[in-house]
Amino acid sequence: MIEAQSLTKRYGDKLAVDQLSFSVQPGQVTGFLGPNGAGKSTTMRLILGLDAPTAGTVTVNGRPFAAADNPMREVGALLEAKAIHGGRSAYHHLLCLAQTNDLPARRVGEVLELVGLSDVARKRSKGFSLGMGQRLGIAAALLGDPKVLMFDEPVNGLDPEGILWIRNLMKALASEGRTVFVSSHLMSEMEHTADHLLVIGRGRLIADCTVAEFIEQNSEQQVRVRTPDADRMTQLVAADGGRVTAEGATLRISRLPLERVGDLAFENGIRLHELTALQASLEQAFMELTKEAVEYHAAVPGSRAQDGAPGATSDVPSEKVEA
Amino acid sequence: MTTLTAVGLPPAKGRSGFSGALRSEWTKIRSVRSTTYTLLATAIVTIGISTLFSWGQSGHTSTDDLADFDAVRNSLFGIIFGQLVIVVIGSMTLSSEYSTGMIRTSLTSMPRRGTVFGAKLLVFTVVALVTGLFCSFTSFFIGQSFFSSTKIHDFRNGESVDIAVRDLSTSLDKPHVLQAVIGGGLYLAVSALLAFGLAAILRHTAGAITAAIGVLFVTFIMGQFLPHDWAVKVDKYIPFLAGSQIWGLKKLGEKGVPMFSAWGGFGLFVGYAGAAILIGAYLFHRRDA
Repeated sequence: MIEAQSLTKRYGDKLAVDQLSFSVQPGQVTGFLGPNGAGKSTTMRLILGLDAPTAGTVTVNGRPFAAADNPMREVGALLEAKAIHGGRSAYHHLLCLAQTNDLPARRVGEVLELVGLSDVARKRSKGFSLGMGQRLGIAAALLGDPKVLMFDEPVNGLDPEGILWIRNLMKALASEGRTVFVSSHLMSEMEHTADHLLVIGRGRLIADCTVAEFIEQNSEQQVRVRTPDADRMTQLVAADGGRVTAEGATLRISRLPLERVGDLAFENGIRLHELTALQASLEQAFMELTKEAVEYHAAVPGSRAQDGAPGATSDVPSEKVEA
Repeated sequence: MTTLTAVGLPPAKGRSGFSGALRSEWTKIRSVRSTTYTLLATAIVTIGISTLFSWGQSGHTSTDDLADFDAVRNSLFGIIFGQLVIVVIGSMTLSSEYSTGMIRTSLTSMPRRGTVFGAKLLVFTVVALVTGLFCSFTSFFIGQSFFSSTKIHDFRNGESVDIAVRDLSTSLDKPHVLQAVIGGGLYLAVSALLAFGLAAILRHTAGAITAAIGVLFVTFIMGQFLPHDWAVKVDKYIPFLAGSQIWGLKKLGEKGVPMFSAWGGFGLFVGYAGAAILIGAYLFHRRDA
C-alpha cells in the first residue's frame, strides 16, 4: 500500500507535482496515467525517496520508504530502462543489489530464471537490447520478493511478446496480493492491465477510480445505426433529443440509450441493418479528460489539431478503438 | 506462467545495514573491468616512471647533488604521475553511478544514503591504500637496487667525468625510511580520496578528474611562478607540496621557502581531501538523486 498526502514537488519555478493525495491498494494493478511531463516519474521518485518532496508526505506500507528494515522486501521498482552500469554482468548487477539487503546469492539465479536471462547472466549488460534491459530491471525489482511493485513505463521499447509477458506478470503479482503501481501514457495499455486508475495532468490528480468508472464518467455512450432510411431516422432521433452525425447510411447517435434508438426505429417502421453500442475506449476518455492538462502541445504542420490533445500521445497508434 | 513465489528467499533476519552495503560495494568495485584497468595503469605509471628515474639517477649523480640525494624520494618519483592516474579510479567509483543511472537503482535497494556513501568510501579507501602501498614499496625496492651502485660524476674542465661508484641506497630499518615509504602509499590513496570527494560534489567523471588534477598538479605548477616573497607564505599550503613532505627523507620545495613537517603537511593534505569528502557526503545526503 502506498499513501501520499498533499505530495508536492517544485523544481525551480516549475511545479512538477501539485498537492497529490492518493492511496494505492494491494491486490490490484493500479494504473498511473498522464500525458508526458504530467509528473508520473517524479511522483515515483518521491515515493522512493530519490527526490525529497517540497511539501507533503508519502509512505509505503505505513512508513517512509527509507525507514524500511529491508527496503528491497518492501518495494521493487523499475524506474528507467537500463539504470545499470553497462560494464557489469547481469549476475553481478543483481548480486550487488541483493547484498545490500542481505538476500542470499541463490535468489539472483532464481530471478534471472524468472525473467528468462539465465543464458546471458555472465554477459555485460552493455550489450543488452532494450527488452533485455527491461527484463533485468524487472529481475532487480523482484529480487526481494517485495510487497509493493512500481513500474515506470514498463512496456516502452518491448516487442509484442514482451508486452504480453509484462502484462501477465503484473496481473500475477497483483493476484498474489501485492500492490502493483504502473505508470503509462499508453491508455490502451492500461485498459488491458489496470483494475484501478490514477490519472494526473500537470502534477494534479484528475481522477481516482476504476477503469469502468473512468470510461463511464468521461465519455459519452454512442450508438451506431446503419439504415437505408437515414434522413428520417436522423429527424426522429433529433426530435427525441439525440445528436446525430451522419456518414451516408451510417449514423452515430449520442445522448440516447441504445434501447430508445431501437424502439424509435421499430415504432416508426424504419428498417435497420445495424444497431451497435459503441464502447468509448480509455484512449478517448483520457484524451477528453486531459486535453486541458497536456503540457506540451505539438503543432501538426498543415493540419488542424484534432481530438484536442495532439502530440500528447504521439506514441499511441492512431486507430480508433471501437469495441 | 512461471511461479513467482520466492523459493530461494528465507525470511528476513533483522535490518539491512552497513555490512551488507560493504559486501555490495566490494562486488561493485571488483565486477567492472575499468577497476582492473585503472589500478593496473596506476601501478604501471607509478612503478614504471619510478624505475626509469632511479635508473637514470644511478647512472649520473653529480657530486653537487650528493648532499641533497634522497634515496626514498628519488625511488618514488613516479608518484607524481601515478597520482594523476589514481584520481581516475577515485572519481569513477562514484561518478560512474551517476553517468550510468546506477545510483537510482542503488538508492532504491538501499535508501539510507549515509550507509551507501560510507560503505563505498570505506571499500574504496581500502582498495586505494592497497594499491598505493603496493606501488610505493615496489618502487622503493627497485630504486634501492639501482642506488646500491650509483655512478658519481664530476665536472672537470667542462667535461663530465665518472669519478666513483658508491652505494647510495637505504633500507627500511634506517630512521624515517619505513615512514616515508608508507607515506608514499598514503599520499597516493589520499589523492584518490580527494577525487572521490570531488566526484560526490560534481557527480561527473570528467569534471571530477579535471578538478582533482587541478588541485594536485595545477596549483603546484602555478606555485612555481609566484614571486619569492609570496612563495614563502603560500607554497607550504599547496596540496602537492604539503602532502608530499611525508614521502621523502628531506624537505621538498625550493631552498629558503618554509614547508610543513612530514606529518604536519600530510595532515593538511588529508584535511583537503577530508573537506571535499565531507562536502560531498553532505550533498550526497541532501540532493535529489
